[in-house]
Amino acid sequence: MKSLEVKSLTKVFGGLHAVQDVSFAVRQGKVHSVIGPNGAGKTTLINLITGIYTPTSGQVLFGSQDITGQAPQKLPALGMARTFQNLQVCMNMSALDNVMVGAHLRQNSSLLAGLLSLPRLRKDDRACRDEALKAMALVGVASSADAQASQLPYGALKRLEIARALMTRPSLMLMDEPAAGLNPTETAEVGRLIRQLADDGLTVVLVEHDMPLVMGVSDTITVLDHGSKLAEGTPAEVRANPQVIAAYLGAEAETEQQLEAA
Amino acid sequence: MLSQLLQFLFSGLTVGATYALAALGFAIIYNASGVINFAQGEFIMLGGMAAVALAALGLPLPVAIVLAVAVTGLAGLLIEKFAIEPAGRADVVPLIIITIGASLVVRGLVQVTLGKGTHSLPAFSGEQPLAIAGATLLPQSLWVVGVAAVVVAALAWFFGRTARGKAMLATSHNRLAAELVGISTRSVLLLSFVLSGALGAVGGILVAPLTYTSYDMGIMLGLKGFVAATLGGLGSGLGAVVGGLLLGVLEAMTAGYISSAYKDAMPFVLILLVLFFMPRGLFGAKTIDRV
Amino acid sequence: MNKLPSSTRALMLLALVLLCLPLVLPNSFYYDVAIRVAFNAVIAIGLNLLIGYTGQISLGHAGFFGLGAYASAILSSRYGWPPALALVAAAAGVATLALLVARPVLRLKGHYLAMATLGLGIIIMIMLTNESALTGGPDGMAVPPFSVFGRELSGEKHWYAVGAVALWLMAWTALNLINAPGGRALQAIHGSEIAALAVGVDVAAMKVRVFVLSAAVASVMGSLSAHYVGFVTPGVAGFLHSIELVTMVVLGGMASVFGSIIGTVVLTLLPQLLSAFEGWETLAFGAVLMLCMILLPKGVVPTLRARLNRSAP
Repeated sequence: MKSLEVKSLTKVFGGLHAVQDVSFAVRQGKVHSVIGPNGAGKTTLINLITGIYTPTSGQVLFGSQDITGQAPQKLPALGMARTFQNLQVCMNMSALDNVMVGAHLRQNSSLLAGLLSLPRLRKDDRACRDEALKAMALVGVASSADAQASQLPYGALKRLEIARALMTRPSLMLMDEPAAGLNPTETAEVGRLIRQLADDGLTVVLVEHDMPLVMGVSDTITVLDHGSKLAEGTPAEVRANPQVIAAYLGAEAETEQQLEAA
Repeated sequence: MLSQLLQFLFSGLTVGATYALAALGFAIIYNASGVINFAQGEFIMLGGMAAVALAALGLPLPVAIVLAVAVTGLAGLLIEKFAIEPAGRADVVPLIIITIGASLVVRGLVQVTLGKGTHSLPAFSGEQPLAIAGATLLPQSLWVVGVAAVVVAALAWFFGRTARGKAMLATSHNRLAAELVGISTRSVLLLSFVLSGALGAVGGILVAPLTYTSYDMGIMLGLKGFVAATLGGLGSGLGAVVGGLLLGVLEAMTAGYISSAYKDAMPFVLILLVLFFMPRGLFGAKTIDRV
Repeated sequence: MNKLPSSTRALMLLALVLLCLPLVLPNSFYYDVAIRVAFNAVIAIGLNLLIGYTGQISLGHAGFFGLGAYASAILSSRYGWPPALALVAAAAGVATLALLVARPVLRLKGHYLAMATLGLGIIIMIMLTNESALTGGPDGMAVPPFSVFGRELSGEKHWYAVGAVALWLMAWTALNLINAPGGRALQAIHGSEIAALAVGVDVAAMKVRVFVLSAAVASVMGSLSAHYVGFVTPGVAGFLHSIELVTMVVLGGMASVFGSIIGTVVLTLLPQLLSAFEGWETLAFGAVLMLCMILLPKGVVPTLRARLNRSAP
């Protein structure tokens, strides 16, 4: 069963074809990675899927629903969550509050109810708090619950975003470079987390640069180059694809070594 | 009919030239630092009042004018040194309050030293009005527009042709890059405040013979200058000038054809319309957020 | 036994202070100051919800205050409405106006938002000054005393009670909101609008709601102030008053309810202290503003809290 399907998605900025006729499908409970050299259009693709940009043409189907061009705030209700390449953590709040905000749609967020502190509201909030603590434990930041987000190290913040996304109880999670800026140990932990979430039934679409992570965690991979799909397949297929190797060789010799090592 | 229109046009362009100078002052500081200097209006007031005070001391008018501009430039420098620099990289709201505090200090100082009275300067070249197509034009108006035009041209030369000016422009485009190539952004900031002070003062001195100057005229002038700058596009020099002139003319038209009581409301209605429908103003630059 | 949350303890302390204050206030002058502080603090807390918690700006809030004041004045004195009804009607009217302008205005950010709210406030003030047939023009108009169910509020003790109750209620409801899902959503908007959208927050709608709330609060306090003072002039809707209100919030501490109260106390007492410097008030006020913002950019309460946290074990 297809959880997410992208059909001939195109985004043109002025004269620049950031994403050109990209199509792929992801099955429920699988981990699908999108890789490519810098500037390949990976983040643009995620932004197109999550409604930050409106496609110039093409479709995005989530389950059986056409969500092309839907506003970002409509998607969590449908079961889609995302994390960001440029950290979008609310530094003015505590770590726990950041995660609790993920439950927004399930809670009564009216100002009036909040001002009056209705008893039902407080009870729901205590349950939400417990759920948030569990999510933080799952991603490994449970010890930082009461800390201000601004006090947390970068790696913890990245994981905090994942916990927040999980609070929306998604069926699909799009992760934009969750390992960016992390050391190999932290990256491996992220990989374990992603596999665990997928095994629990979550569909994951991963945009990443870190080749060992991608090769180790993905069921299928789409390779983008200059906005177009270059190749697609299992990690083994992609690794052996000469066009993929050429695209990476041209840009970064290191990445080629990673491809061979992974 | 035509003569009436011309009349409004003349008075509109005259006050518009002052707005243009104020708007340029805003633009220069905004470009150098991203700060909206709410004390800009007080520079205008200070220029006029200082000139009046110096002339009252017996100094010949041209000397009083030059000194008044220098004093106001100095005020700008002091504000940058003691209000803006210590604030460092403060958020928008605290910075706004700091510049408002600075404006109160300037206004308070003038109030204490020069009193609350209204004053005016003698017209630069006499009060004999000229008749043009049925409308009257005071020679002072020609001074205002003429000097403003010269100032704008001088600024254009400064920013376009001199190393200093180009350094300031570079800082406005990308502060970090400018610092990396050795431009002292601190001195750019200082210079921007001095320049804006001087610009404001020139505007204030030019219109002092036409409209009375007093310690509290700065608030409205400053706000309208900000409106003009936003109308033209925050950060654009051309926009500041066009915005200022346009605002002055529209204000005069409102006073003439609609209601003089509401003439002061017009700039703010205009700014709301601009912000709702074309927030980047006439010549402003586009900005993109990266996610 | 668990310690009560700090906000509950603080509210109890506030209640205690408010109850005990009349015992130490020596005369009417001090009562007047206390009442003014209470009224201003209510507005400041409401404004803080918008500025400190949701991260927006309003440089025209005195406009809403003025509209509330004048609506109450006009309805009760010219049209004979019962003051309580006039107050509610004024608040409803101001809330409607705020609702109408909020959506386009709150699409703006930073300096543009500041400018738009500034423009709004000034337009309101100019209208209040010009429509002299209705408002009495620049000289202002008299306001009848506040009476409800036939009983009139007169004298400092009545008004102190009103102010104290209003302040405690505002502090209580504001603290409730901050710890509720709605309050979290507001703070998330301040922290990262994109992140808020990603978890389903209707950012535009929530900004509008908190804007309308803070405007309505300003209107109610404007109405009460008008009845208390007995007179209202267009200056109450002016730019300087708007700046005072914002300064109370910023000085005391953004995103801090008690910060708003402290900020209001300082800013209301300051002119009283400075009145000794005859003629120097403007200068001194400006200097104090600058110093406070430069030395305590986060505001009094958050800075003190941080210092205490650092020195505590």
